[in-house]
Amino acid sequence: MSNGNMNLTLKVWRQKNAQTSGKFVTYKAEGISPDMSFLEMLDVVNESLTKKGEEPIYFDHDCREGICGMCSLYINGRPHGPKRAITTCQLHMRSFKDGETITIEPWRAAAFPVVKDLAVDRSAFDRIQQAGGYVSINTGGVPDANEIPIPKVIADEAFNSATCIGCGACVAACKNASAMLFVSAKISQLGMLPQGQPERWSRVQSMVAQMDEEGFGNCTNTGACEAECPKEISLTNIGRMNNDYFSAKLFREERVHDHAE
Amino acid sequence: MSEFKQTFNSSLGKKLIMALTGLFLCTFLIVHLSGNLALFKHDNGQAFNAYANFMTHFPPIRVVSYLLYLSILVHTIYAIILTVNNRKARPIGYASAPKSPVSWSSKNMGLLGSILFLFIVIHMKDFWFKYHQDDFTGKSTHVIPFKEYKTDLVTGKQISARDLPPGDYNYAVFTEGGIETMVAKDLNQTVEIAFKQWWYVAFYVIALGALSFHLLHGFQSAFHTLGWIHRKYKPIIYFIGTWFFAVIIPLGFAAMPVYYFFFG
Repeated sequence: MSNGNMNLTLKVWRQKNAQTSGKFVTYKAEGISPDMSFLEMLDVVNESLTKKGEEPIYFDHDCREGICGMCSLYINGRPHGPKRAITTCQLHMRSFKDGETITIEPWRAAAFPVVKDLAVDRSAFDRIQQAGGYVSINTGGVPDANEIPIPKVIADEAFNSATCIGCGACVAACKNASAMLFVSAKISQLGMLPQGQPERWSRVQSMVAQMDEEGFGNCTNTGACEAECPKEISLTNIGRMNNDYFSAKLFREERVHDHAE
Repeated sequence: MSEFKQTFNSSLGKKLIMALTGLFLCTFLIVHLSGNLALFKHDNGQAFNAYANFMTHFPPIRVVSYLLYLSILVHTIYAIILTVNNRKARPIGYASAPKSPVSWSSKNMGLLGSILFLFIVIHMKDFWFKYHQDDFTGKSTHVIPFKEYKTDLVTGKQISARDLPPGDYNYAVFTEGGIETMVAKDLNQTVEIAFKQWWYVAFYVIALGALSFHLLHGFQSAFHTLGWIHRKYKPIIYFIGTWFFAVIIPLGFAAMPVYYFFFG
Protein backbone atom coordinates (compact mmCIF):
# COMPACT_ATOMS: atom_id res chain seq x y z
CA MET A 1 0.00 0.00 0.00
CA SER A 2 1.20 3.44 -0.86
CA ASN A 3 0.80 4.98 2.58
CA GLY A 4 2.29 1.93 4.30
CA ASN A 5 -0.87 1.19 6.21
CA MET A 6 -1.87 -2.41 6.86
CA ASN A 7 -4.98 -4.51 6.42
CA LEU A 8 -5.37 -7.32 8.92
CA THR A 9 -7.80 -10.09 9.76
CA LEU A 10 -8.52 -10.51 13.45
CA LYS A 11 -9.88 -13.68 15.04
CA VAL A 12 -11.14 -12.44 18.38
CA TRP A 13 -12.59 -14.41 21.27
CA ARG A 14 -16.04 -13.04 22.09
CA GLN A 15 -17.75 -14.15 25.28
CA LYS A 16 -20.73 -12.42 26.86
CA ASN A 17 -19.90 -13.25 30.47
CA ALA A 18 -18.43 -15.92 32.72
CA GLN A 19 -21.60 -18.00 32.56
CA THR A 20 -21.88 -18.32 28.79
CA SER A 21 -19.45 -20.04 26.46
CA GLY A 22 -17.66 -17.91 23.91
CA LYS A 23 -16.56 -18.24 20.31
CA PHE A 24 -14.18 -16.69 17.83
CA VAL A 25 -15.48 -13.88 15.62
CA THR A 26 -13.53 -12.63 12.60
CA TYR A 27 -13.10 -8.89 12.00
CA LYS A 28 -11.28 -6.88 9.40
CA ALA A 29 -8.91 -4.18 10.60
CA GLU A 30 -8.23 -1.88 7.68
CA GLY A 31 -5.92 1.07 7.19
CA ILE A 32 -3.91 0.32 10.32
CA SER A 33 -0.75 2.38 10.73
CA PRO A 34 2.35 0.29 11.55
CA ASP A 35 3.16 2.88 14.22
CA MET A 36 -0.01 2.17 16.19
CA SER A 37 0.21 0.11 19.32
CA PHE A 38 -1.76 -3.13 19.42
CA LEU A 39 -4.33 -1.59 21.73
CA GLU A 40 -4.71 1.46 19.46
CA MET A 41 -5.41 -0.94 16.61
CA LEU A 42 -8.15 -2.52 18.74
CA ASP A 43 -9.45 0.99 19.54
CA VAL A 44 -9.81 1.62 15.79
CA VAL A 45 -11.67 -1.67 15.34
CA ASN A 46 -13.91 -0.86 18.32
CA GLU A 47 -14.64 2.59 16.91
CA SER A 48 -15.96 1.05 13.70
CA LEU A 49 -17.92 -1.58 15.66
CA THR A 50 -19.55 1.15 17.73
CA LYS A 51 -20.45 3.12 14.62
CA LYS A 52 -22.07 0.01 13.17
CA GLY A 53 -24.05 -0.38 16.41
CA GLU A 54 -22.22 -3.55 17.42
CA GLU A 55 -20.83 -4.24 20.87
CA PRO A 56 -17.13 -3.27 21.03
CA ILE A 57 -14.48 -5.83 22.01
CA TYR A 58 -13.75 -5.76 25.73
CA PHE A 59 -10.12 -5.82 26.76
CA ASP A 60 -8.22 -4.66 29.83
CA HIS A 61 -5.90 -1.66 29.63
CA ASP A 62 -4.89 1.28 31.76
CA CYS A 63 -1.55 3.09 31.70
CA ARG A 64 -0.55 2.05 28.16
CA GLU A 65 3.12 2.49 29.01
CA GLY A 66 3.96 -1.00 30.24
CA ILE A 67 3.90 -0.48 33.98
CA CYS A 68 0.39 -1.06 35.29
CA GLY A 69 -0.07 -4.74 34.41
CA MET A 70 -3.63 -4.33 33.21
CA CYS A 71 -3.30 -5.28 29.54
CA SER A 72 -3.25 -8.94 28.74
CA LEU A 73 -4.15 -10.66 25.41
CA TYR A 74 -2.78 -13.95 24.13
CA ILE A 75 -1.72 -13.02 20.59
CA ASN A 76 -0.87 -15.70 18.03
CA GLY A 77 0.14 -18.24 20.67
CA ARG A 78 2.08 -15.89 22.94
CA PRO A 79 1.07 -13.71 25.89
CA HIS A 80 1.64 -10.03 25.02
CA GLY A 81 2.38 -11.04 21.44
CA PRO A 82 5.52 -11.93 19.52
CA LYS A 83 8.09 -9.57 21.05
CA ARG A 84 10.19 -10.19 24.13
CA ALA A 85 9.97 -8.25 27.40
CA ILE A 86 7.08 -5.96 26.52
CA THR A 87 3.41 -5.74 27.39
CA THR A 88 0.62 -5.72 24.79
CA CYS A 89 0.35 -1.93 24.99
CA GLN A 90 4.04 -1.66 24.04
CA LEU A 91 3.59 -3.94 21.04
CA HIS A 92 3.43 -2.10 17.74
CA MET A 93 1.67 -3.12 14.57
CA ARG A 94 4.99 -3.05 12.68
CA SER A 95 5.64 -6.39 14.39
CA PHE A 96 3.00 -7.90 12.07
CA LYS A 97 2.85 -8.32 8.32
CA ASP A 98 0.30 -6.67 6.09
CA GLY A 99 -2.52 -9.11 5.40
CA GLU A 100 -1.72 -11.27 8.41
CA THR A 101 -4.40 -13.07 10.43
CA ILE A 102 -4.03 -12.39 14.14
CA THR A 103 -5.68 -14.65 16.73
CA ILE A 104 -6.47 -12.89 19.99
CA GLU A 105 -7.50 -14.90 23.06
CA PRO A 106 -7.92 -14.13 26.73
CA TRP A 107 -5.55 -15.59 29.38
CA ARG A 108 -6.67 -19.19 29.84
CA ALA A 109 -6.72 -20.43 33.41
CA ALA A 110 -9.38 -21.77 35.76
CA ALA A 111 -8.18 -19.21 38.31
CA PHE A 112 -8.65 -16.38 35.77
CA PRO A 113 -12.31 -16.64 34.72
CA VAL A 114 -13.33 -14.58 31.69
CA VAL A 115 -15.28 -11.47 32.66
CA LYS A 116 -16.16 -10.55 29.09
CA ASP A 117 -14.46 -11.16 25.74
CA LEU A 118 -10.73 -10.72 26.35
CA ALA A 119 -10.92 -9.40 29.91
CA VAL A 120 -10.25 -11.90 32.69
CA ASP A 121 -10.69 -11.64 36.44
CA ARG A 122 -7.22 -11.63 37.98
CA SER A 123 -8.32 -11.02 41.57
CA ALA A 124 -6.79 -14.41 42.47
CA PHE A 125 -3.47 -12.54 42.35
CA ASP A 126 -4.84 -9.91 44.76
CA ARG A 127 -5.90 -12.59 47.23
CA ILE A 128 -2.44 -14.19 47.06
CA GLN A 129 -0.90 -10.78 47.77
CA GLN A 130 -3.28 -10.18 50.67
CA ALA A 131 -2.31 -13.56 52.13
CA GLY A 132 1.24 -12.39 52.82
CA GLY A 133 2.70 -10.10 50.17
CA TYR A 134 3.35 -7.22 52.53
CA VAL A 135 5.59 -6.07 55.39
CA SER A 136 4.14 -4.83 58.66
CA ILE A 137 5.62 -1.47 59.62
CA ASN A 138 4.97 -0.14 63.11
CA THR A 139 4.56 3.61 63.15
CA GLY A 140 6.72 5.82 65.36
CA GLY A 141 9.56 8.27 64.93
CA VAL A 142 10.75 8.75 61.37
CA PRO A 143 13.87 6.60 60.82
CA ASP A 144 16.85 8.04 58.97
CA ALA A 145 17.05 7.19 55.32
CA ASN A 146 19.44 4.36 54.54
CA GLU A 147 19.62 3.48 58.23
CA ILE A 148 19.44 -0.22 57.40
CA PRO A 149 22.44 -1.31 55.32
CA ILE A 150 21.52 -3.45 52.32
CA PRO A 151 24.21 -4.84 50.01
CA LYS A 152 23.84 -3.54 46.48
CA VAL A 153 23.57 -7.02 44.92
CA ILE A 154 20.68 -7.84 47.27
CA ALA A 155 18.97 -4.53 46.63
CA ASP A 156 19.33 -5.06 42.87
CA GLU A 157 18.03 -8.62 43.00
CA ALA A 158 15.07 -7.65 45.18
CA PHE A 159 14.34 -4.78 42.83
CA ASN A 160 14.43 -7.11 39.81
CA SER A 161 11.82 -9.28 41.49
CA ALA A 162 9.80 -6.22 42.44
CA THR A 163 9.47 -5.17 38.80
CA CYS A 164 6.71 -7.79 38.43
CA ILE A 165 3.56 -5.93 37.41
CA GLY A 166 1.24 -8.85 38.12
CA CYS A 167 -0.17 -9.03 34.59
CA GLY A 168 -0.48 -12.82 34.66
CA ALA A 169 1.43 -13.51 31.45
CA CYS A 170 3.35 -16.20 33.37
CA VAL A 171 0.12 -18.06 34.08
CA ALA A 172 -1.05 -17.57 30.50
CA ALA A 173 2.22 -18.87 29.05
CA CYS A 174 2.64 -21.83 31.41
CA LYS A 175 1.40 -25.11 29.98
CA ASN A 176 0.15 -25.93 33.48
CA ALA A 177 -1.37 -22.49 34.19
CA SER A 178 0.94 -22.22 37.19
CA ALA A 179 1.30 -18.92 39.04
CA MET A 180 4.63 -19.77 40.61
CA LEU A 181 6.67 -17.11 38.80
CA PHE A 182 4.34 -14.36 40.04
CA VAL A 183 4.12 -15.73 43.59
CA SER A 184 7.85 -16.34 43.84
CA ALA A 185 8.65 -12.82 42.62
CA LYS A 186 6.38 -11.33 45.27
CA ILE A 187 7.90 -13.55 47.96
CA SER A 188 11.45 -12.78 46.81
CA GLN A 189 11.15 -9.01 46.63
CA LEU A 190 10.30 -8.92 50.34
CA GLY A 191 12.12 -12.02 51.57
CA MET A 192 15.50 -10.79 50.39
CA LEU A 193 15.35 -7.44 52.17
CA PRO A 194 15.89 -6.85 55.92
CA GLN A 195 12.43 -5.26 56.27
CA GLY A 196 10.86 -8.46 55.01
CA GLN A 197 12.59 -10.80 57.45
CA PRO A 198 10.11 -10.86 60.38
CA GLU A 199 7.36 -12.26 58.18
CA ARG A 200 9.59 -14.19 55.77
CA TRP A 201 8.77 -17.72 56.93
CA SER A 202 5.05 -17.22 57.44
CA ARG A 203 4.73 -15.22 54.22
CA VAL A 204 5.97 -18.00 51.99
CA GLN A 205 3.63 -20.54 53.61
CA SER A 206 0.55 -18.30 53.45
CA MET A 207 1.10 -17.19 49.87
CA VAL A 208 1.76 -20.71 48.58
CA ALA A 209 -1.34 -21.99 50.43
CA GLN A 210 -3.46 -19.25 48.84
CA MET A 211 -1.95 -19.97 45.42
CA ASP A 212 -2.96 -23.63 45.75
CA GLU A 213 -6.42 -22.68 46.90
CA GLU A 214 -6.96 -20.49 43.85
CA GLY A 215 -6.51 -23.54 41.63
CA PHE A 216 -3.36 -22.65 39.70
CA GLY A 217 -1.34 -25.51 38.22
CA ASN A 218 2.03 -26.88 39.25
CA CYS A 219 5.34 -25.67 37.89
CA THR A 220 7.31 -28.11 35.74
CA ASN A 221 10.30 -25.76 35.33
CA THR A 222 9.62 -25.47 31.62
CA GLY A 223 10.50 -21.78 31.64
CA ALA A 224 7.78 -20.41 29.31
CA CYS A 225 6.89 -17.91 32.07
CA GLU A 226 10.40 -16.47 32.19
CA ALA A 227 10.51 -16.27 28.37
CA GLU A 228 7.18 -14.43 28.17
CA CYS A 229 7.38 -12.19 31.25
CA PRO A 230 7.29 -8.55 30.11
CA LYS A 231 9.55 -7.69 33.04
CA GLU A 232 11.90 -10.67 32.52
CA ILE A 233 11.36 -12.02 36.02
CA SER A 234 13.87 -14.84 36.44
CA LEU A 235 13.07 -18.49 37.11
CA THR A 236 15.58 -18.24 39.97
CA ASN A 237 12.72 -16.69 41.97
CA ILE A 238 10.86 -20.02 41.86
CA GLY A 239 13.93 -21.83 43.17
CA ARG A 240 14.20 -19.24 45.94
CA MET A 241 10.52 -19.67 46.84
CA ASN A 242 10.85 -23.46 46.95
CA ASN A 243 13.91 -23.16 49.15
CA ASP A 244 12.14 -20.79 51.56
CA TYR A 245 8.99 -22.91 51.57
CA PHE A 246 10.76 -26.15 52.47
CA SER A 247 12.92 -24.36 55.05
CA ALA A 248 9.80 -22.84 56.58
CA LYS A 249 7.85 -26.10 56.60
CA LEU A 250 10.65 -28.33 57.82
CA PHE A 251 13.00 -26.19 59.92
CA ARG A 252 11.24 -23.03 61.13
CA GLU A 253 8.98 -22.21 64.03
CA GLU A 254 6.38 -20.24 62.10
CA ARG A 255 3.21 -22.17 61.44
CA VAL A 256 0.42 -21.27 59.11
CA HIS A 257 -2.95 -22.89 59.63
CA ASP A 258 -4.71 -23.88 56.49
CA HIS A 259 -8.43 -23.57 56.03
CA ALA A 260 -9.15 -27.24 56.54
CA GLU A 261 -8.07 -27.01 60.19
CA MET B 1 -4.67 -31.47 58.60
CA SER B 2 -1.37 -32.12 60.25
CA GLU B 3 1.57 -29.92 59.36
CA PHE B 4 3.27 -32.83 57.67
CA LYS B 5 0.29 -33.78 55.51
CA GLN B 6 -0.31 -30.13 54.68
CA THR B 7 3.26 -29.78 53.45
CA PHE B 8 3.20 -32.82 51.21
CA ASN B 9 -0.29 -32.14 49.89
CA SER B 10 0.69 -28.65 48.77
CA SER B 11 1.73 -28.03 45.17
CA LEU B 12 5.35 -27.62 46.26
CA GLY B 13 5.18 -30.72 48.47
CA LYS B 14 4.03 -32.89 45.58
CA LYS B 15 6.78 -31.46 43.41
CA LEU B 16 9.28 -32.22 46.19
CA ILE B 17 8.20 -35.86 46.09
CA MET B 18 8.65 -35.91 42.31
CA ALA B 19 12.12 -34.37 42.64
CA LEU B 20 13.33 -36.69 45.40
CA THR B 21 12.07 -39.90 43.81
CA GLY B 22 13.42 -38.73 40.44
CA LEU B 23 16.88 -38.02 41.80
CA PHE B 24 16.90 -41.35 43.64
CA LEU B 25 16.11 -43.10 40.35
CA CYS B 26 19.01 -41.16 38.78
CA THR B 27 21.44 -42.53 41.36
CA PHE B 28 20.11 -46.03 40.65
CA LEU B 29 20.95 -45.59 36.96
CA ILE B 30 24.60 -45.04 37.86
CA VAL B 31 24.72 -48.29 39.87
CA HIS B 32 22.78 -50.24 37.25
CA LEU B 33 25.00 -49.05 34.41
CA SER B 34 28.29 -49.63 36.19
CA GLY B 35 27.23 -53.14 37.23
CA ASN B 36 25.98 -54.03 33.79
CA LEU B 37 29.33 -53.11 32.27
CA ALA B 38 30.17 -56.72 33.21
CA LEU B 39 28.18 -57.65 30.08
CA PHE B 40 31.08 -56.39 28.00
CA LYS B 41 33.51 -58.84 29.61
CA HIS B 42 34.39 -61.85 27.47
CA ASP B 43 34.09 -64.43 30.24
CA ASN B 44 30.96 -66.36 29.21
CA GLY B 45 28.92 -64.20 31.53
CA GLN B 46 30.73 -65.18 34.74
CA ALA B 47 31.16 -61.66 36.13
CA PHE B 48 27.65 -60.63 35.10
CA ASN B 49 26.01 -63.69 36.65
CA ALA B 50 27.97 -63.21 39.89
CA TYR B 51 26.89 -59.56 39.94
CA ALA B 52 23.23 -60.48 39.29
CA ASN B 53 23.32 -62.90 42.20
CA PHE B 54 24.95 -60.32 44.48
CA MET B 55 22.37 -57.67 43.61
CA THR B 56 19.45 -59.97 44.34
CA HIS B 57 20.78 -61.56 47.53
CA PHE B 58 22.86 -59.03 49.45
CA PRO B 59 20.40 -57.78 52.14
CA PRO B 60 21.21 -54.02 52.12
CA ILE B 61 20.83 -53.99 48.34
CA ARG B 62 17.52 -55.82 48.62
CA VAL B 63 16.24 -53.11 50.97
CA VAL B 64 17.35 -50.42 48.53
CA SER B 65 15.72 -52.33 45.68
CA TYR B 66 12.33 -52.23 47.45
CA LEU B 67 12.83 -48.48 47.90
CA LEU B 68 13.52 -48.33 44.21
CA TYR B 69 10.29 -50.12 43.21
CA LEU B 70 8.40 -47.84 45.56
CA SER B 71 10.07 -44.78 44.03
CA ILE B 72 9.08 -45.81 40.51
CA LEU B 73 5.46 -46.21 41.62
CA VAL B 74 5.35 -42.99 43.65
CA HIS B 75 7.05 -41.01 40.85
CA THR B 76 4.45 -42.35 38.38
CA ILE B 77 1.43 -41.83 40.63
CA TYR B 78 2.44 -38.28 41.56
CA ALA B 79 3.11 -37.49 37.92
CA ILE B 80 -0.48 -38.51 37.17
CA ILE B 81 -1.89 -36.53 40.13
CA LEU B 82 0.05 -33.39 39.15
CA THR B 83 -0.90 -33.74 35.49
CA VAL B 84 -4.59 -34.07 36.37
CA ASN B 85 -4.32 -30.95 38.55
CA ASN B 86 -2.54 -29.09 35.78
CA ARG B 87 -5.26 -29.99 33.27
CA LYS B 88 -7.88 -28.76 35.74
CA ALA B 89 -6.00 -25.48 36.03
CA ARG B 90 -6.68 -24.80 32.34
CA PRO B 91 -10.08 -26.27 31.44
CA ILE B 92 -10.30 -24.31 28.16
CA GLY B 93 -7.14 -24.44 26.07
CA TYR B 94 -5.81 -21.99 23.51
CA ALA B 95 -6.90 -22.11 19.89
CA SER B 96 -3.52 -21.02 18.59
CA ALA B 97 -0.64 -23.36 19.29
CA PRO B 98 1.61 -21.99 22.07
CA LYS B 99 4.77 -20.50 20.58
CA SER B 100 6.69 -19.68 23.76
CA PRO B 101 10.34 -20.68 23.36
CA VAL B 102 10.72 -23.75 25.58
CA SER B 103 12.63 -27.01 25.24
CA TRP B 104 10.87 -29.96 23.63
CA SER B 105 11.70 -32.34 26.46
CA SER B 106 10.27 -30.07 29.16
CA LYS B 107 6.93 -30.03 27.32
CA ASN B 108 6.81 -33.79 26.86
CA MET B 109 7.84 -35.21 30.23
CA GLY B 110 4.54 -37.10 30.51
CA LEU B 111 4.93 -38.78 27.13
CA LEU B 112 8.58 -39.61 27.80
CA GLY B 113 7.71 -40.90 31.26
CA SER B 114 4.96 -43.11 29.85
CA ILE B 115 7.41 -44.67 27.38
CA LEU B 116 9.82 -45.26 30.26
CA PHE B 117 7.14 -46.82 32.45
CA LEU B 118 6.17 -49.21 29.64
CA PHE B 119 9.85 -49.99 29.17
CA ILE B 120 10.36 -50.67 32.89
CA VAL B 121 7.37 -53.06 32.96
CA ILE B 122 8.64 -55.02 29.93
CA HIS B 123 12.26 -54.91 31.09
CA MET B 124 11.37 -56.20 34.56
CA LYS B 125 9.06 -58.89 33.16
CA ASP B 126 11.77 -60.21 30.84
CA PHE B 127 14.73 -60.12 33.24
CA TRP B 128 13.78 -59.39 36.83
CA PHE B 129 10.69 -61.60 36.89
CA LYS B 130 12.33 -64.48 35.00
CA TYR B 131 15.21 -64.36 37.46
CA HIS B 132 12.89 -64.45 40.46
CA GLN B 133 10.16 -66.67 39.00
CA ASP B 134 11.23 -69.86 40.78
CA ASP B 135 11.48 -68.05 44.13
CA PHE B 136 7.97 -66.64 43.72
CA THR B 137 6.22 -69.74 42.48
CA GLY B 138 8.24 -72.16 44.61
CA LYS B 139 8.53 -74.46 41.60
CA SER B 140 11.58 -75.24 39.52
CA THR B 141 10.61 -74.09 36.07
CA HIS B 142 14.21 -73.78 34.85
CA VAL B 143 13.29 -70.60 32.99
CA ILE B 144 16.86 -69.55 33.63
CA PRO B 145 19.29 -72.48 33.64
CA PHE B 146 22.38 -72.65 35.84
CA LYS B 147 25.94 -72.51 34.66
CA GLU B 148 29.14 -73.72 36.26
CA TYR B 149 32.40 -71.79 36.00
CA LYS B 150 35.84 -73.03 37.01
CA THR B 151 38.61 -70.51 37.54
CA ASP B 152 42.30 -71.12 38.22
CA LEU B 153 43.00 -68.93 41.23
CA VAL B 154 46.75 -68.81 40.56
CA THR B 155 46.51 -67.39 37.03
CA GLY B 156 43.05 -65.90 37.53
CA LYS B 157 42.01 -67.43 34.21
CA GLN B 158 38.73 -69.16 33.49
CA ILE B 159 39.27 -72.86 32.86
CA SER B 160 35.78 -73.90 31.87
CA ALA B 161 32.20 -72.67 31.58
CA ARG B 162 29.58 -75.38 31.39
CA ASP B 163 25.78 -75.23 31.02
CA LEU B 164 24.23 -77.43 33.67
CA PRO B 165 21.37 -79.80 32.81
CA PRO B 166 17.96 -78.92 34.32
CA GLY B 167 17.92 -79.72 38.02
CA ASP B 168 17.76 -78.17 41.48
CA TYR B 169 20.76 -75.93 41.98
CA ASN B 170 21.62 -73.06 44.25
CA TYR B 171 24.15 -70.32 43.86
CA ALA B 172 27.45 -71.62 45.26
CA VAL B 173 31.13 -70.77 45.25
CA PHE B 174 33.74 -73.18 46.55
CA THR B 175 37.49 -73.64 46.17
CA GLU B 176 39.22 -76.96 45.72
CA GLY B 177 42.91 -77.38 44.98
CA GLY B 178 43.41 -73.83 43.81
CA ILE B 179 40.42 -73.99 41.51
CA GLU B 180 37.34 -71.92 42.24
CA THR B 181 34.00 -73.27 41.13
CA MET B 182 30.98 -71.02 40.83
CA VAL B 183 27.46 -72.22 40.12
CA ALA B 184 25.07 -69.42 39.24
CA LYS B 185 21.88 -68.67 37.33
CA ASP B 186 22.85 -67.85 33.77
CA LEU B 187 21.06 -64.53 33.34
CA ASN B 188 23.71 -63.69 30.76
CA GLN B 189 22.14 -66.27 28.43
CA THR B 190 18.73 -64.57 28.81
CA VAL B 191 20.39 -61.30 27.83
CA GLU B 192 22.07 -62.89 24.79
CA ILE B 193 18.79 -64.38 23.55
CA ALA B 194 16.79 -61.19 24.09
CA PHE B 195 19.30 -58.94 22.37
CA LYS B 196 19.43 -61.13 19.25
CA GLN B 197 15.92 -59.95 18.26
CA TRP B 198 16.11 -56.78 16.19
CA TRP B 199 12.75 -55.40 17.37
CA TYR B 200 13.72 -55.90 20.98
CA VAL B 201 16.97 -54.02 20.42
CA ALA B 202 15.05 -51.27 18.61
CA PHE B 203 12.61 -50.96 21.50
CA TYR B 204 15.48 -50.63 23.96
CA VAL B 205 17.21 -47.97 21.89
CA ILE B 206 13.95 -45.97 21.58
CA ALA B 207 13.28 -46.26 25.31
CA LEU B 208 16.83 -45.09 26.10
CA GLY B 209 16.31 -42.17 23.74
CA ALA B 210 13.26 -41.30 25.82
CA LEU B 211 15.38 -41.65 28.97
CA SER B 212 17.89 -39.20 27.54
CA PHE B 213 15.26 -36.52 26.89
CA HIS B 214 13.49 -37.24 30.19
CA LEU B 215 16.71 -36.67 32.13
CA LEU B 216 17.79 -33.71 30.00
CA HIS B 217 14.93 -31.81 31.61
CA GLY B 218 14.30 -33.90 34.72
CA PHE B 219 17.70 -33.73 36.39
CA GLN B 220 18.02 -29.95 36.44
CA SER B 221 14.30 -29.55 37.06
CA ALA B 222 14.60 -31.59 40.27
CA PHE B 223 17.25 -29.20 41.57
CA HIS B 224 14.99 -26.30 40.67
CA THR B 225 12.15 -27.84 42.64
CA LEU B 226 14.37 -28.46 45.66
CA GLY B 227 15.38 -24.82 45.47
CA TRP B 228 19.02 -25.79 45.10
CA ILE B 229 19.59 -23.61 42.13
CA HIS B 230 21.74 -20.57 42.01
CA ARG B 231 23.56 -18.86 39.20
CA LYS B 232 26.80 -19.69 41.02
CA TYR B 233 26.45 -23.44 40.43
CA LYS B 234 23.59 -23.69 37.95
CA PRO B 235 26.04 -24.34 35.07
CA ILE B 236 27.45 -27.35 36.94
CA ILE B 237 23.99 -28.87 37.41
CA TYR B 238 23.16 -28.28 33.75
CA PHE B 239 26.47 -29.76 32.68
CA ILE B 240 26.00 -32.94 34.74
CA GLY B 241 22.35 -33.23 33.72
CA THR B 242 23.16 -32.87 30.04
CA TRP B 243 26.43 -34.69 29.53
CA PHE B 244 26.34 -37.34 32.22
CA PHE B 245 22.63 -38.16 32.60
CA ALA B 246 21.29 -37.34 29.15
CA VAL B 247 24.27 -38.52 27.10
CA ILE B 248 26.67 -40.92 28.82
CA ILE B 249 24.10 -42.96 30.79
CA PRO B 250 21.64 -43.59 27.93
CA LEU B 251 24.49 -44.24 25.48
CA GLY B 252 26.07 -46.70 27.91
CA PHE B 253 22.82 -48.61 28.31
CA ALA B 254 22.00 -48.51 24.59
CA ALA B 255 25.46 -49.87 23.78
CA MET B 256 24.53 -53.19 25.46
CA PRO B 257 21.68 -54.37 23.20
CA VAL B 258 23.44 -52.94 20.14
CA TYR B 259 26.72 -54.68 21.03
CA TYR B 260 25.01 -58.02 21.67
CA PHE B 261 23.00 -57.77 18.47
CA PHE B 262 25.99 -57.16 16.25
CA PHE B 263 28.91 -58.78 18.09
CA GLY B 264 27.45 -60.94 20.92
